[in-house]
Amino acid sequence: MKQLKFLLVGVLFGIILSKAEVISWYRIYEMFKFQSFHMYGVIGGAVALGIIVMILFKKGIIKTYLGDTIKVAPKRKGFKGNLFGGIIFGLGWALAGACPGPMFILLGRGAVAITVVLFGALLGAFLYHALKKFLPH
Amino acid sequence: MDFILQPWPWYVAGPLITLVMLLLFYFGKKFGVSSNLETICAIGGAGKLVDFFKFDWRENTWNLLFILGVIIGGFVTYQWLSPDKTVAINPQTVQDLSELGFQHAGAQYLPDEIYGLNAMFSLKGFLILLVGGMLVGFGSRYAGGCTSGHGIVGLSNLELPSLISVIGFFIGGLIMTWLLFPIIF
Repeated sequence: MKQLKFLLVGVLFGIILSKAEVISWYRIYEMFKFQSFHMYGVIGGAVALGIIVMILFKKGIIKTYLGDTIKVAPKRKGFKGNLFGGIIFGLGWALAGACPGPMFILLGRGAVAITVVLFGALLGAFLYHALKKFLPH
Repeated sequence: MDFILQPWPWYVAGPLITLVMLLLFYFGKKFGVSSNLETICAIGGAGKLVDFFKFDWRENTWNLLFILGVIIGGFVTYQWLSPDKTVAINPQTVQDLSELGFQHAGAQYLPDEIYGLNAMFSLKGFLILLVGGMLVGFGSRYAGGCTSGHGIVGLSNLELPSLISVIGFFIGGLIMTWLLFPIIF
């Protein structure tokens, strides 16, 4: 029951992304065609406010519910891994029109074909770890 | 109530996404969706084939509950919170898609040309869905994050690896949209 809060935050996230239409394949296509500000506004707006939130974390003004300082773990460094991985991700994001969060939302909407995309995503994550020792990072 | 039923503009949705990130950190966790792909692989027994997946997936139960909530959120919105099933994309986008062979762009959230059952059960359509998913799964773990972990958290935290990754997301997305779509469709 203690973990129920994560389910509720997930429900909130699912509703937000649905209501903002960022789960629509068309919105992703429109973004990559630079034909709408919408997606840039959603991500940019989240990041702009996020920068302020991170400062509040670092200054200790916002702490965890237990009163601990919030530490955001730094991302793994490695120019090639970030760039090549990012490019591969971007190819799939544009083709499937969905990143991982929206895939789960579309599953909740009953979109049958998203099961193939999700299976592909699991297979892709598996293949990365099977092959990572051969890949430049 | 009327506001809830309308599509939400970016200046409402963007800050609310930040709120989701804030809540997860407040509860002592982090915000990242694509790591769940690894957790699900681990549950499915991928550890028998690749050592990486031998981690104890129970530590990530909170994140699995989060994506279970995300699925429920999608269901709830579809059933009760979005009477309008169309997406008001730019008329120019509709025109461009029509030239690629996509009919009625924006009439629903997903194009039948990719997500319809006829497409799913054709060889080419099935491969588009499968390969699209594989690229997302492979790329997100190779880059160490997806739109949430790099795009929102990493950029908010002014992380260079996240900036490089997001630039990568756009290089890949632009190549697909501008160069490969006219060949694929």
